Amino acid sequence: MTTHIAEGYNFAYLDERTKKMIRRALLKAVAIPGHQVPFGSREMPLAYGWGTGGIQVTAAVIGRDDVLKVIDQGSDDTTNAVNIRQFFTRTTGVRTTTRTREATLIQTRHRIPETPLVAGQVLVYQVPQPEPLYKLEPRRAETTKLHGAGEYGLMNVKLYEDLAQWGRIDESYEYPVKVDDRYVMSPSPIPSFDNPKMHRMPALQLFGAGREKRLYAIPPYTDVQSLDFEDHPFRIEPHGHACERCGDTASFLDEVAGTDGQVHWTCSDTDWCADRVDQGHAHG
Amino acid sequence: MYIAVKGGERAIEASRQLLAAARRGDVHVPALQAEQIEQQLGLLVGRVMAEASLYDPRLAALAIRQACGDAIEAAFLLRAYRTTLPRFAYSEPVDTDRMRVARRVSAIFKDLPGGQLLGPTFDYTQRLLELGALANGSLTADAAAGNAPPEHVPNALAQLAREGLVEPCLPSEGDPDPPDITRDPPVYPLPRTGWLQTLARADEGWVLGMGYSTQRGYAHTHPFAGDLRSGQVAVELVPDELDFPIEIGEIELTECQMVNQFVGSAEVAPVFTRGHGLVFGRGERKAIAMSLVDRALRAGEFGEDASSPAQHQEFALPQGDSVEASGFVQHLKLPHYVTFESELQMIRKLREDVHARAAKAAEGDLE
Repeated sequence: MTTHIAEGYNFAYLDERTKKMIRRALLKAVAIPGHQVPFGSREMPLAYGWGTGGIQVTAAVIGRDDVLKVIDQGSDDTTNAVNIRQFFTRTTGVRTTTRTREATLIQTRHRIPETPLVAGQVLVYQVPQPEPLYKLEPRRAETTKLHGAGEYGLMNVKLYEDLAQWGRIDESYEYPVKVDDRYVMSPSPIPSFDNPKMHRMPALQLFGAGREKRLYAIPPYTDVQSLDFEDHPFRIEPHGHACERCGDTASFLDEVAGTDGQVHWTCSDTDWCADRVDQGHAHG
Repeated sequence: MYIAVKGGERAIEASRQLLAAARRGDVHVPALQAEQIEQQLGLLVGRVMAEASLYDPRLAALAIRQACGDAIEAAFLLRAYRTTLPRFAYSEPVDTDRMRVARRVSAIFKDLPGGQLLGPTFDYTQRLLELGALANGSLTADAAAGNAPPEHVPNALAQLAREGLVEPCLPSEGDPDPPDITRDPPVYPLPRTGWLQTLARADEGWVLGMGYSTQRGYAHTHPFAGDLRSGQVAVELVPDELDFPIEIGEIELTECQMVNQFVGSAEVAPVFTRGHGLVFGRGERKAIAMSLVDRALRAGEFGEDASSPAQHQEFALPQGDSVEASGFVQHLKLPHYVTFESELQMIRKLREDVHARAAKAAEGDLE
């Protein structure tokens, strides 16, 4: 696609005053890890639920020297990731990459890259529902009070009931975490497989929920604990398959129904997988 | 083995081209001009402007054409444009008593100052399809008969308000500086100024359904359409350089002042109360429904039992935003492979647990 910067629009689409408003909200979010900060979310030229929060955060923090990576489901080539990457190419002209290591700014939906992120990188999550308690208490006027008082009894009872009924916690994604031992936070709909990557991550993690008009953040090296009980600690269960491209058994795998009637497994993180293939790994 | 991991970019490009072709339709049929939409589909233009919170009939018409006539998609296009516009100033409150009314009816008095003026309405059309016009193509309209619209039509509730039978029309808490719901994140409970803004740009179907629910037993409000009017209203603002308002133009508005019987409570003496609806264009259906919902949402103010959806702000308001709802409902078609894979694994494990327990129980039975 030809890349020319869209005429008549400010760098990164939003006007500077709006960016400043968002950055102020982000500073507050970083200062209070895991706390949801209301912000004057703008109408974006992308549908609500498709990453309007993420692109507002990215637009507010992106600079001309940034190298941007956009992933959806771990892949740079899913249609919505392509669309968002093109949007920023058109409105900023910044360099984009699919390589996790090369990126300074990564916007993601539903995954954390397998390649460990490093200090100086920023990970922006698209968040459909920032309120971790919404299924238990839909009224935001009430959940605000519960967070304020650190009153998470509802959530503990929910997790306990899962254990009592199923013997396991019925949250395979969007598994709630506690940040810096204070706020219960939604990690966005990443698989619980990815939750441990948030703990003491050297990169800055920013979360944007456009429709719900909330931002939150986890500063680098912050404690992030998945909610659990002493006698039922949080754990990730191995899926027991290997990637058919790179042979990895430890990364998160997509399950693909093949035309041959067989089920195939490949890395969800396409950059991670390509990297391993380049290094000579292959399915055994 | 082949698993597609590339091709998103090319697929998107092809999809855009297909959409352009679908939008144009048969090229032997003349292309629609935005001006035709503006002139001949005025109610749709009004609806799109209302749900976009942007009064610009020409751009709304352009958006409608670009959206293949989908009202919500058109409102979305217009909102995405609106967000880039700077705010020059805030207007003075519009005075609907000074509306140049094209239509004004009151259901509570047979006749009243300013009179009953039907104006252009579907109400008495008998709804027979114009099959003849389909055959000969063109529509004609005779020059409308009638007098020039009156310049000042006092509100039908004014006299009752003077007698104290209808609550006075007082500025809500927070006036004259209401929150701007398109700039300030909502913090519930919203003040009335906030919920009226939310309803004014809410999906017409949602507001209609919520209003209708109050007529079917979910928070009955004993409504009477006191004053229903539509027409042109002057917009005025006071520029920094002047200390008096100047008129900058006119907008078409429809307003409904609903009168609601109220028998009084421990806090408030019996009095007729009000519900208010105000929308861009000739959105009469929405203005009426909005006034029902507005009154229902005032339950707390009158010490009424809030037991129905229309009385609960956090139910009646945020779910009614057409662009937000449309985006989030439709985001379900985006890939969810990762979350679904996580769920697959969870369900498999839960089933293994259940089967293991069943097998164990069966062994026990055999023993």
